[in-house]
Amino acid sequence: MPPLNRPLRLAVAIDGGAPQTASAFVDRAQLAERGAFDFVTLDDSLGQPAPGVARLDALAALARVAPTTDRIGLVPTVTTTHTEPFHVSTQVATLDWVSRGRAGWIVEVSATEAEARLVGRRPAAPAPELWHEAGEVVDVVTRLFDSWEDDAEIRDVATGRFVDRDKLHYVDFESATFSVRGPSIVPRPPQGHPVTVIDATPSHVRATAARYADVALIRTDDPDVARVARADLRERTRAWGREPDRLIVLASLPVDLDASADAVALAEFAASWHTDGVADGFHFRPRDPERDLRLLVDGTVPVLQHRGLARHFYPGATLREHLGLPRPANRYALAREASAR
Amino acid sequence: MTDTSGTPRTSRKSIHLAAHFPGVNNTTVWSASPRALGSQIDFASFTHLAQTAERGLFDFFFLAEGLRLREHQGRVHDLDVLGRPEAITVLSALAAVTERLGLAATVNATFNEPYELARRLASLDHLSGGRAAWNVVTSSDAFTGENFRRGGFLDRADRYTRAAEFVATARELWDSWPPGAERARAGAFAHHGHHFDIEGRFSVERGPQGHPVVIQAGDSSEGREFAAATADIVFTRHGTLEAGRQFYADVKGRLAAHGRRPEDLKIMPGVTFVLGDTAAEAQEKAAEIRHQQISPQTALLTLEQIWGVDLSRYDPDGPLPDIEPDYDAQLSQGRVRHADPRAVVASWRALAEEKGLSIRQTVIEATGRQSFIGTPAAVADEMDTFVQTDAADGFILIPHLTPGGLDDFVEQVVPLLQERGSFRTRYTGSTLRAHLGLAQPS
Repeated sequence: MPPLNRPLRLAVAIDGGAPQTASAFVDRAQLAERGAFDFVTLDDSLGQPAPGVARLDALAALARVAPTTDRIGLVPTVTTTHTEPFHVSTQVATLDWVSRGRAGWIVEVSATEAEARLVGRRPAAPAPELWHEAGEVVDVVTRLFDSWEDDAEIRDVATGRFVDRDKLHYVDFESATFSVRGPSIVPRPPQGHPVTVIDATPSHVRATAARYADVALIRTDDPDVARVARADLRERTRAWGREPDRLIVLASLPVDLDASADAVALAEFAASWHTDGVADGFHFRPRDPERDLRLLVDGTVPVLQHRGLARHFYPGATLREHLGLPRPANRYALAREASAR
Repeated sequence: MTDTSGTPRTSRKSIHLAAHFPGVNNTTVWSASPRALGSQIDFASFTHLAQTAERGLFDFFFLAEGLRLREHQGRVHDLDVLGRPEAITVLSALAAVTERLGLAATVNATFNEPYELARRLASLDHLSGGRAAWNVVTSSDAFTGENFRRGGFLDRADRYTRAAEFVATARELWDSWPPGAERARAGAFAHHGHHFDIEGRFSVERGPQGHPVVIQAGDSSEGREFAAATADIVFTRHGTLEAGRQFYADVKGRLAAHGRRPEDLKIMPGVTFVLGDTAAEAQEKAAEIRHQQISPQTALLTLEQIWGVDLSRYDPDGPLPDIEPDYDAQLSQGRVRHADPRAVVASWRALAEEKGLSIRQTVIEATGRQSFIGTPAAVADEMDTFVQTDAADGFILIPHLTPGGLDDFVEQVVPLLQERGSFRTRYTGSTLRAHLGLAQPS
């Protein structure tokens, strides 16, 4: 496989450790922004992450972080199994509005009976089935993002019309488990579609990730595992008719740094993976965010910058710009233009 | 005159003030171009209005909710401001740019589930340091339901029993993590009720307020009873001083039956206001605003909603149509009907005939809500009278401009209320419960 000539993408998880407070999340996101990371992630699930361990709603927590940061992408985990796709779409779109185009979401499912009992609406189901549904949720959510064309709001005083209703669209989506009429109540988000991230480590998630994700995570510290997974995802992506370079594959690595020397060693490791075409970048998962994040920003990132692999600053304003992903065209506008021709 | 705690040292009742973010209806003026007009969706607009409310020492900032775009004659309604963000997410972000202001989200109890919503509200309470509030609304609407998994809708009685059980369940979840709880039991809950049969571990620790503040809107008998039983604030429509006193006495009188004291529930009507340097100028401005709110197109559409037939060939500046209405037609969906259309048609015809009004003039006159219109001194005086004579505990102000609609009020009226000793001169607490003088739930 030829070496990658794309810039190294860098993300970092800011969950884990204590405390789980607004100020801790703000401090960590600001620190990651100082390191010019593309985005931070914040994990979530409906239930307790471990017995007796509390956790706040991740999307709300990153909305709280948004006004305290300027450039860094904000990517919470959002579960799709027991939630309403319509609510998911308005929440993710709103995170994009309050962050001015810096939102993404990690799509996740809830496969346990314990999670099902929290909501009491449907029994637990096998993960492959739920991932199929999660793909449908991503599909309808992006349709809802598109249900307002970018220029739907016209404020035309002469005719008294605030919007051009021809630029609002019913999505009329129907699957085996849900249906949504549309249009959204939230105008199209600044990025068009906030960035969709899927943890594609389990093989049964690969089909959904290849079809719908902008960023796929592969949890491993074995370069061969990452390389094979990336090749598999790119192949599947091509089979869906998508350009494989539109799917960014990040190796998601646990990080436990004791000293600056570890931080430098991690940079060497990351650089060699990148050179060998193992991954498009890294999603670091610090064991102790307070300590590890500082070492990453002050130790690992400067080495990667020195080698010309990581950027020193954000040339763009949105998460899509950081990742080199284009702003998606609006499917309804495209269809309208096609039918007009 | 205030003491060191910032509380007026008089026997006057303290006024509670809140601000509504101007939303998606024809009361929000977008067609003019005054200085205070901006986007209804950019976060900067929310920041401006919330920070203005906090500068005015308001109790809270209030966001409405939308779950389906309104339709008229089967097409999306296009005359008013539409498009708004999701409330809890916006309020979580506003928690970063405000320090004391309460943050109230309207969230429907029909199209949500208790575990998920209790979790989001408790998260907002943590993220804001104890400033979260939830305005509980319900829907009976299959039209709205088309956007949701459950799809269907509930009849009127079930809406309220579901809402009551929803609030009770949310409180069980908020209480499931008592301070110093054993790790093995933290968050444990089990609710086996008529509408919800759920159990497990709640994932958010008890928030700074114990329970987020619960607001309830609605004027019906069921709504009043629900508010008396469960709410911390009731958000009403604004009537005359006398109507306000009757409502106030009725709702406060229902509290004892639920083991609650009159001060446990605050009554806050939603009100509009127009300020001017003179009374005449304020009246003139108010008339101008009403004309902007009821455009010729809006006047015809309002009439169609009541007549139930297409009236597009009528002249909005001409007389009311003399044709017979179709009372069974449902031309508009997504907006609540408040009155019997037969009675409305009769009264509007009488009004138009008596005063010789055109269609537009009739709609302007008939749909006006009572509002505080006058000089800052007169508005301060009238608002204070409402509160001191038990027609209200305070007001939720509904400006007609986004996002600058509160600027004049905070600059001109708030200082006058403070001079009277009827309004705080600084925040003395940090949580919304503290601002409202509500006890922390045990």
